Amino acid sequence: MHELSIAISMIDQIVEESESRGGLDVEAVHLKLGAFSGVDKAALLFSYELACEGTRLQGSRLLIETIPLVIYCDTCQKSRTPPSMYQLCCPVCQTPGQTIVSGREIEVASLEVAA
Amino acid sequence: MSTRIVEVRAKVLKQNDLLARALRERFQRSGTCVVGLVSSPGSGKTAFLEKLLGRLARDYRVAALVGDLATENDAARLQRATPNVRQITTGTICHLDAQMVETALESWRLEAIDFLFIENVGNLVCPSSYDLGEELRFVLLSATEGEDKPLKYPTIFNSSDVAIITKMDLADAADFDLVAARRNIESVRPGMKVFEVSSKTGLGMEEVLGFLHAQLARSRETQVEAAL
Repeated sequence: MHELSIAISMIDQIVEESESRGGLDVEAVHLKLGAFSGVDKAALLFSYELACEGTRLQGSRLLIETIPLVIYCDTCQKSRTPPSMYQLCCPVCQTPGQTIVSGREIEVASLEVAA
Repeated sequence: MSTRIVEVRAKVLKQNDLLARALRERFQRSGTCVVGLVSSPGSGKTAFLEKLLGRLARDYRVAALVGDLATENDAARLQRATPNVRQITTGTICHLDAQMVETALESWRLEAIDFLFIENVGNLVCPSSYDLGEELRFVLLSATEGEDKPLKYPTIFNSSDVAIITKMDLADAADFDLVAARRNIESVRPGMKVFEVSSKTGLGMEEVLGFLHAQLARSRETQVEAAL
């Protein structure tokens, strides 16, 4: 379970970001989380709430958008969603996919702040 | 009360990634081939590394960093092969990060090291998110763990470069299905290089040594290019 470490890194980053913009009052954080990032959504939500305590983000909401795993198929020359996380091949022609297009993200997309 | 949206678009592990990149550049400049080792607890990372260090130390200058939650047992064990071993005890943290590696390297002259191994905490989940600046990541899977480990932990297998199947001397006793294991590795990381070894009998170690030897030659080419 490394979600607490991830949550702490994320909160440090957002606090720094909000202070560099003159002290934002953050109400919600929008996070893009790849299905293949190795980070569990439920554990991250739980860790976020804990790690926010005593920081300027206390009481803010974490809104997670899951980004599906997408690979590039060299045969079809198209981005494809593989049949599962443990079958990294093209669902159409079965060519193994060595290039991951998306699905590894752990990225703060935006913040909702009090206007 | 109204709200507004502020675009950020920042990677959460940006700090770690930047530090890992700086470490990778340092390793490139010093011509050090750095290999990370990840696996579940008890799959034989330390035994494999002990054997590997012993063999490599005959021809190369070798060093290792070993991560564990507690104890310095692994470092003591590896020091039988080379004195250049440092233990990273993480306390309650289940993975190494680039900062821990940088701190542990302090005062080591990288120019005097050909191969540096970084043995991660035994864990097939968390280390996959943290780049340590290594050139290659080896993921170990022991014959006694079962052939479906790659399917259960696709993220770590996919983020690794080479798979090492350890404890092959126990494969028959454990009814290990090698064909299925190789198929499962190929499924989660198409094209992945696979070695079958036994640290106990020495089976397959020559192939790994040959691979590392070639890898070091490639690292040195990059070093020359980086210097030009």
